[in-house]
Amino acid sequence: MSDHHPTGIKRWLFTTNHKDIGTMYLWFSFVMFLTGGAMAMVIRAELYQPGLQFVEPAFFNQMTTMHGLIMVFGAVMPSMVGLANWLIPMQIGAPDMALPRMNNWSFWILPFAFTMLLSSLFMEGGAPNFGWTFYAPLSTTYAPPSTDFFIFGVHMMGISSIMGAINVIVTVFNMRAPGMTLMKMPLFVWTWLITAFLLIMVMPVLAGAVTMMLTDRHFGTSFFDAAGGGDPVMFQHIFWFFGHPEVYIMILPAFGVVSEIIPAFSRKKLFGYSSMVYATASIALLSFIVWAHHMFATGMPVAGELFFMIATMLIAVPTGVKIFNWVATMWQGSLTFETPMLFSISFVILFTIGGFSGVMLAMAPVDFQYHDTYFVVAHFHYVLFPGAIFGTTAAVYFWLPKWTGKMYNETLGKIHFWMSMVFVNLTFFPMHFSGLAGMPRRIPDYNMMFAEFNMWASIGAFGLGLTQIFFLVTIIMAIRNGKKAEDKQWDGATGLEWDALPSPVPYHTFATPPKVD
Amino acid sequence: MAFQRKLVAGLISLLGIMLSSGLHAAADMNMRPGVTETSIAAYDLHMMVIWVMVWVSVAVFGAMIYSFIFHRKSKHPVPATFSHSTKVEFIWTIIPIIILIYLTIPAIKLLIKMEDASDSEMSVQVTGSQWKWHYKYLDQDISFYSNLSTPPEQYEDFDHQGTDKGENYLLEVDNMVVLPINTKIRFLVTADDVIHSWWVPEIAVKKDAIPGFINETWTNIPTPGIYRGQCTELCGKNHGFMPIVIKAVSKADFTAWVDTKNAEKKAAADAAAAAAAASWDMDKLMALGETTYKSTCAGCHGVTGEGIQGLFPALKGSPIATGPVAAHMGIVVHGPSSKKMPAFGAVLTDAQLAAVITYERNAWGNSTGDMVQPSDIQAFKAGN
Ligand code: HEC
Ligand SMILES: [Cu+2]
Ligand SMILES: [Cu+2]
Repeated sequence: MSDHHPTGIKRWLFTTNHKDIGTMYLWFSFVMFLTGGAMAMVIRAELYQPGLQFVEPAFFNQMTTMHGLIMVFGAVMPSMVGLANWLIPMQIGAPDMALPRMNNWSFWILPFAFTMLLSSLFMEGGAPNFGWTFYAPLSTTYAPPSTDFFIFGVHMMGISSIMGAINVIVTVFNMRAPGMTLMKMPLFVWTWLITAFLLIMVMPVLAGAVTMMLTDRHFGTSFFDAAGGGDPVMFQHIFWFFGHPEVYIMILPAFGVVSEIIPAFSRKKLFGYSSMVYATASIALLSFIVWAHHMFATGMPVAGELFFMIATMLIAVPTGVKIFNWVATMWQGSLTFETPMLFSISFVILFTIGGFSGVMLAMAPVDFQYHDTYFVVAHFHYVLFPGAIFGTTAAVYFWLPKWTGKMYNETLGKIHFWMSMVFVNLTFFPMHFSGLAGMPRRIPDYNMMFAEFNMWASIGAFGLGLTQIFFLVTIIMAIRNGKKAEDKQWDGATGLEWDALPSPVPYHTFATPPKVD
Repeated sequence: MAFQRKLVAGLISLLGIMLSSGLHAAADMNMRPGVTETSIAAYDLHMMVIWVMVWVSVAVFGAMIYSFIFHRKSKHPVPATFSHSTKVEFIWTIIPIIILIYLTIPAIKLLIKMEDASDSEMSVQVTGSQWKWHYKYLDQDISFYSNLSTPPEQYEDFDHQGTDKGENYLLEVDNMVVLPINTKIRFLVTADDVIHSWWVPEIAVKKDAIPGFINETWTNIPTPGIYRGQCTELCGKNHGFMPIVIKAVSKADFTAWVDTKNAEKKAAADAAAAAAAASWDMDKLMALGETTYKSTCAGCHGVTGEGIQGLFPALKGSPIATGPVAAHMGIVVHGPSSKKMPAFGAVLTDAQLAAVITYERNAWGNSTGDMVQPSDIQAFKAGN
């Protein structure tokens, strides 16, 4: 009875089941990941050697723009919501999300939003070409007509994210099993709760920014046009007030994931649970007062630059606490290195490297040399790829046995890991060097002095592209004919989903709440 | 235990040696120190952070690697049970704070210095526009545009034959910014259309050029030389094709350069006046029109006037380029009301304006047969 569900297309269209919706989010984000990845392949093919070989500069700009938008809003954010859907109810002992119909709606908005965004590629004047940061007036007065579709698409994904966030907050506050106090919640639930608050705070700001763009474009306002009394720099303030918390929206749930996985394979409790919670909360709070570190070159007054420099460097403290806690969790544990653990460990190492370049970028007087160069590209890809994406990947390997009742092939998982590790570094590490050597970002062609670094980065990127196909095959093979998974597949894993539920989890779980002591 | 400790010490020092030799051997992988006091200070700060990061990595990654080796299940089957330590957590909150203070103090000092453009001895206004830079020497009354001088044959390689590229491929311009050494020079940076950013790594100056606002920055170059940079803010199609080249010369050479420029300016004004007074025949108009079009208009409207659908209108067969002349002159001289295209009235000479309009009206199959004379432009400007 508990496994009864409608079948066929109706199951997916009308579902209000958090597991189905989680699955759809995850597959959607993977499709977007491949789409954005294909655009990255175009970019890296063009940059493989100096000269324009494949695409016109105008199209190149569309590729960088769409790649960024799709990866941020289509791949990373939905993947985190997918994990939240699957895991939060199971981890807090709830039967489902608190607002299941809204849950259905927040997912089903996304395919439409992205169809609209992607359709702009086929419009007159091409897709948006002003970078994923869409600075005015390049995105207003000088933008292609398809920009209006971009604006509408952003509104839709914003609504979807806000609804998803409301759902998480309501679920966590109201649906915890008896005895599941806040400070007993798994860290993944904590990081998502905090992320949800960030989303509710900043997505409306993004909606405001694109709405102002829309009225500037069509209704005669001049929010971002100095000739009418507006200010293009104000656009950047508004954008980054959204944009900086946004980077934590993408990474905090991944922090939660590795905080579950590292203890499991260390067979040891997470070190400093409460300091992890406080560190996450402080990172989230600080993320609201550092936005202008993206704008040191815009001519801010020195006092402003000093404030944003110091506030930004402060974020290194709670971030450091988290990294030290993960290391201390492994310390004197009893470690094994299955695929999810390998991804989590390299998450910690490579995210730390991204954190280092972050501290460097925070230092305003040197930032003038790094800003808008490939050094920045290297930095944010280190926190996003081995950060957010390795985090999600680790989560998929870790919970797949629970979700599907099937085990992946450990050898294939390990091959996937080593391919990822090698190619991620081959792609993104040389970008530090080309940036330091002086290569600006978002250019389709460059001087020969940057040639070698770009060649390596392109080779790495093609490898990374293949790696994703390998990942897809590994997962499909696991789902189709993987070995049967144990109820508690990982001996070191803890939490309700492992201790109180079988593998695969039934369609409906915790109809009567479990007791937590 | 002793063996383990030795092994770890060995590993750590090996890592340190590898990193440091890597950094030294590969100077071209690193930031260049540049030539000015501030660029060298920025470089020093950069190296200081790198070294701090290297040592922090050695500690953190060292501890992790130690765990991987000695706390793996086969070696360490029974995990410890501790899960927090207020003392340790306190220490690793304090240590990063101390490190950050150590890094922030020099950064604050340098930042304040870099942002202080007072007591400058001369000023240059830098204006970005799609996709060229304009320089105006406020004290010398000189101004000129600076365009990429790498010919398209060098970068357009769509047939995959490969092209020969010069040493300064994409980093060379027709008119360099000539500046005197040992002079505090203030740059007033702004833009005409979208945001650009003026960056020359060797002097560690990067400032956004924002339409409608003027940003201030400065440099003081001690050594003569040629310093190359690029626009670093995405500014549309040809963002990758608007380099910056500074030529720093002795004060005497600078004065000499100013004199030549002024003489050139006078000669050019005379020539323009003479050209404007003369009556031009079709061939002459078309010849000058073609060069002007290719250097000034083709970036947007395309070499063959085909434009880019939805962004830049085609001029081939365009109702304006084939319709009444006054409307055509109006849009080129004053710019369109949408401001998507700059006004060229003050950018080109009257002869160039006349020629380029004539060219657009008679090239690529636009065969209006109309000739626009420089005197027509003068009359048009006077009439408006
Ligand atoms: C920065 C890009 C850019 C450059 C450079 C540029 N144009 Fe334009 N031009 C445009 C845009 C955009 C429009 C459309 C403006 C509008 O419709 O509001 C336009 C419109 C025109 C039109 C009207 C075409 C029509 O059918 O509507 C003419 C004529 C024209 N430009 C001539 C020139 C000439 C002559 C030059 C060189 C001296 C030039 N343009 C350089 C962007 C540019
Ligand atoms: Cu930021
Ligand atoms: Cu630019």
